[in-house]
Amino acid sequence: MKKLTVATPAELPQAVPFWRDPAKRGVLFQIVVLLSALSVGYVLFSNTQANLERQSIATGFGFLQNEAGFEIAEPVIEYSAADSYSRALTVGALNTLKVSFIGILLTLLLGVIVGISRLSHNWLVSRLAGMFIEVMQNIPILLQLFFWYSIFYEAFPAPRQALNPLPGIFLCNRGLIFGIPAEHPVHSSMLIALLVGIVGWWLLVRQGHKIQDRSGRIFPMHRLGMALSLLLPMAVWLVAGAPLGMDVPELRGFNFSGGMTVSPEFSALLLGLVLYTSAFVAEIVRAGIQSVSRGQVEAAKAVGLRPGQVLRLVILPQALRVIIPPLTSQMLNLTKNSSLAIAIGYSDFVSVANTTINQTGQAIEGVALIMVVYLCFSLSTSVFMNWYNKKMALVER
Amino acid sequence: MSEQSHSPQESAEHPIIEVIDMHKWYGDFHVLKDISLQVQNGERIVICGPSGSGKSTLIRCINRLEEHQKGRIIVDGTELTNDIKNIEKVRAEVGMVFQHFNLFPHLTILENLTLGPIWVRKTAKKDAEEAAMRYLEKVKIAEQAKKFPGQLSGGQQQRVAIARSLCMNPKVMLFDEPTSALDPEMIKEVLDVMIDLAEEGMTMLVVTHEMGFAKSVADRVMFMDEGQIVEQNNPHDFFDNPQHERTKLFLSQIL
Amino acid sequence: MSDLMTNPPIEQMKPPRRTVGVTGWLRENLFNTWFNSVLTLLTLYGIWLLFVPLVRWAFVDSLWFSSAEACRDIEGACWSIIPANVSFIFFGFFPDGQQWRPLLTMLLLFALVFYSKDSKHWKRSLVIYWTLGLIVMATLMYGGVFGMPVVETAQWSGFPLTLMLSLFGMVFAYPLGVLLALGRRSRLPAIKSLCVVYIELIRGVPLISLLFMSSVMFPLFLPEGVTIDKVLRAQAAIILFTAAYIAEVVRGGLQAIPRGQYEAADSLGLGYGKTMRLIILPQALKIVIPPSVGILISAFKDTSLVVIIALYDVLKTTQVTLSNPQWMGFSREAYLFLALLYFICCYLMSSYSRKLEKDLHTGH
Repeated sequence: MKKLTVATPAELPQAVPFWRDPAKRGVLFQIVVLLSALSVGYVLFSNTQANLERQSIATGFGFLQNEAGFEIAEPVIEYSAADSYSRALTVGALNTLKVSFIGILLTLLLGVIVGISRLSHNWLVSRLAGMFIEVMQNIPILLQLFFWYSIFYEAFPAPRQALNPLPGIFLCNRGLIFGIPAEHPVHSSMLIALLVGIVGWWLLVRQGHKIQDRSGRIFPMHRLGMALSLLLPMAVWLVAGAPLGMDVPELRGFNFSGGMTVSPEFSALLLGLVLYTSAFVAEIVRAGIQSVSRGQVEAAKAVGLRPGQVLRLVILPQALRVIIPPLTSQMLNLTKNSSLAIAIGYSDFVSVANTTINQTGQAIEGVALIMVVYLCFSLSTSVFMNWYNKKMALVER
Repeated sequence: MSEQSHSPQESAEHPIIEVIDMHKWYGDFHVLKDISLQVQNGERIVICGPSGSGKSTLIRCINRLEEHQKGRIIVDGTELTNDIKNIEKVRAEVGMVFQHFNLFPHLTILENLTLGPIWVRKTAKKDAEEAAMRYLEKVKIAEQAKKFPGQLSGGQQQRVAIARSLCMNPKVMLFDEPTSALDPEMIKEVLDVMIDLAEEGMTMLVVTHEMGFAKSVADRVMFMDEGQIVEQNNPHDFFDNPQHERTKLFLSQIL
Repeated sequence: MSDLMTNPPIEQMKPPRRTVGVTGWLRENLFNTWFNSVLTLLTLYGIWLLFVPLVRWAFVDSLWFSSAEACRDIEGACWSIIPANVSFIFFGFFPDGQQWRPLLTMLLLFALVFYSKDSKHWKRSLVIYWTLGLIVMATLMYGGVFGMPVVETAQWSGFPLTLMLSLFGMVFAYPLGVLLALGRRSRLPAIKSLCVVYIELIRGVPLISLLFMSSVMFPLFLPEGVTIDKVLRAQAAIILFTAAYIAEVVRGGLQAIPRGQYEAADSLGLGYGKTMRLIILPQALKIVIPPSVGILISAFKDTSLVVIIALYDVLKTTQVTLSNPQWMGFSREAYLFLALLYFICCYLMSSYSRKLEKDLHTGH
C-alpha cells in the first residue's frame, strides 16, 4: 500500500484520450442519442404546432367541460347527451371496467376448468379441451367478436319470435333478456346477511385452524362456512315472508319490457373476450400444474395424503407461483382487448374517446387520454406483480 | 438364521409384507414377472440389480405408487386393491425415501416434517412439531428447521426426507436408491442415518448399489434382473458364493 | 448356512387381456373410474346434442355453389357466398384482370416460407433469396414495368394486405426489437431508461390506440404538404408495436446466455459490438426463434385490427361483401370461412414453433 502512495508524477499513466476511455465514450454516445431524440421531438412538435394553428384546432383539455352531445347506450352511471365530455369519458371508462371485471371472473372460471380438463385422464375430455384451446387461440379476437355479434343480429329472431331456451330467459336480436326478482326491501337485508355469512365463513376457517393446531382435529370448515353464507340470506328471505315476486320480461309491441336486458354488443364482447382469453388461461393453468414434478406428487402420496390434500397442500401452492405472473398479464390483455368494443359498437373508453376525437378534432389529447388510462391499468398490474414475485420467490441459496 | 441378532422370532409367522405371484406390465412390456416375497417384521432387505431390472418398480408397488395387474400384495394385513381406504392406510404405515429427495420446496423443513402428522394422523400442531424436532435431532439437522429445502445440501435434504418419513411412525421404510443422486462426500452421512435406523430394528427395503451397506446391514440381499428375483441369500453367501451366472456377472461389474 | 433361493428365468408373458388392445385402451382412457365413465357418457351426449344440428346446418341442408336467391329458401348454410365473392374477398380492390399478380405474389411468399422452414437452409443464401423475393413481390404488386400497369398501395387489399402488414411488421420490427433489447440491458443510464420507457409504454397500451395514432394523430406531425399513405402509417404502427414485444423476447434470450460467454469474449479482446455480433446475438437469437414465431402469429392475428381504421384487409373485404344487399345475412358462413383461413395459417405456424422448440430442447 505504501508503495502506491509514493508514486511520482513521472510514474503516473499517460492521460487516455477521451475517445478511448469507455466511460467517456459512453457519456458521449448518450448525449448524441438524447440530442437526436430531442431534435426529432422538436421537429414533430413544431410541425404539429403549425398544423394545429393552420387547421384552427383547439389545444389543451378545456374541451372536457363542453357538452358531449351524444348518447351512450347502457351507461353504468346516469348520463345524457347534455352531459360534459368528461362525464362521457367516465362512463366509457366505467364500461371498460365493467366488461373487463365480469370478463376476468368468467375467464378465470372457464380457463381453470378447461386447463384441468386438458390434464384429465379422460381421453375424450382432454382432447376436447385441447381442441377448444387450439381453435380459440388461432382465430383473431376481432373476427370472433364479429362472429358472435353476427349471431345476435342475424341468427336470433326478432323479439316476437324470441328463442326461449329456459323459462324466463329470452334470446333475440335485441340481446339476452331474463327475469329478475322484483324489487323488494328484503333484498338489501339479504345482501347484508350474505356479507355476514362470508365474514362468518372466514371466522370459522380461522377457528378451524386454531382447533386443528391445538387438538389436531380437522373440521370441514369451508363446507360449514359455505353453507352458512348460503343459508343466512335464505333465512332472512323466509323471515320476510318469502316474497316470490319476479320481474318477468313481457312482450309489449315490438320489444320486451321488464326483466333485465343485456345488449347484443355487450354479450358478444363478453363472450368473445372470455372464450379467447380463457384458451390462453387454460394453457397457463395446464403448464403451471405440469410444472410441479411427479416426484412431488409421489412424495405427497407416500406420506399418506388424500388426493384432495395432495392438490391443496402440495400441487396448488407450487403451481400458483408459476401460474400467477402470466395469468395477470392475460387479465391485462383482456382489458386491453376490450378496446375492440369499438368495432361492434359497445361504448367502452376507446369508443367514447374516438367519438370525442371525431367531434372535437383534438386527436392528440384524445389518443393521449386513451394511452394514459391503459397505462394506469398496466402500471397497477405491474406494481402488483412485483409485490407478488417478491413475496413468493422460493428461497434458494 | 441363528447368527442374525435382529430377526424377531415371534412374528416370523406373520410377515409384514407379503407379495404373492405378482405381475406388472407397462403396456405390453412385462416389467415384473411372478414376484413372490415375504418380509418379516424387523427384517432388512437390500435389493440390487442392473438398471431397468424392475427393482424400483417393485418397491413402488408396495405403497401403490405403481399398480400391479396380477397377484396380491398384502402389507401388515391390508391387501392393496382398488380400494382407496386400503391404499391410504398402507401409505400412512409405509415410509418412502426417494432418489431425488422430493422435499416440498414451498414449505420449511419443519413444515415438511409436520405435513403428514397434521393432515393424515391428525396430530396437534405443537405435538407434531415436537416430534419433528426430535427426528431432526436424530438425523443431526435440527438447527436447519426454519430453512427451506432449497437452502440445504443434497445430503442434508435426504436426511430431512428420512426424518419426514419417520415422523409418520412407519412400520416399514422403503428406500429407492437414496444415495444415487448424492455427491460422494455426502453419501456417508445418509448411510450413517440408515444404519442407525437399522440398528433400532426398523423393517427396511432398500434399493441401492451401496454394496458395503448391504454387507454390513442387510439380513437378506435380493438380486433382480429382467423383472424377476433371480437369487436371494444372506449377504455373506450372496457376495462370496453367488449361484447364478447373471448374479456373478453383475457382482463382477459392480465390485 | 445359506438361505439361498434361486429362480429359473421366466418367459415374457402377455399382459391380461383387459389391459391392452381396444378394450384395454377404452378402459384405461375413458372408463377407468365410475366418475370418468359418467364424464365420458355426458361428454358424448353433449357432442351429440351440439353436433347433429351443426352438421345438418353445415353439410346436409347447405348450398355450396348457387345464387344468393337460392340461399333464401333453405334452412342450412349458404356457403355459396364464398365462391361467388372469392376474388373480392382475397384481392379486394386490386384491378380486375390484374389479380394474377397478387396471386403470384402470395404463391411466391408461401414458397419462400416453405423453403425457410427447414433449418438446413438457414444460411446466408436464405437472406439473399428473401431479399430477391421481396423485390420481385413488390414489383409484381406495384407494377410499372414489363407492361404491368401501376397499382397504387391504396388499392392493395384483401389477403395480400393482411400478409404484407404482418410480414413487414415482423421483418422491420425485428432489428428494432433487437436494438431495444440491447439498449434495455445497456449500462448507460440514458439509453437504458429510453428503451425501458419505450418498451413499457408500448406494451401497456392496446394496439388500437397506436393505430388511432397513426390514422388521426400522425398526419399532424408532418410538415405542411407532406402526406404519407394510410397503409404505410398503419404498417409503421404495427412495426413499432411489434418491436416492443420482440424486444422482450430477445431480452429473455440474452438473459439465458451464461455470463461466462461475455467473459470469454472479453478475454479474447473483442469490443462490445463484436462481442454482441459474433458471440452473444447468434446464440440468443437461436434460443428465441420459437417465441418469435409466437409473436409472428400474434402479429398476423393483430393485423385484423386495421379494420377499425378502415383499411381493406381480408376481414374488411369480407365485411364489404356482406354489406352487399344481395349477400346480406350470411355473415356466419363468411366469418367461419375466414376463421378457417386464419386457423390454418396460425395452426401451421404454431405447430412449427412447437417442433422447433422440441428440436432445440433435444440439442439439435
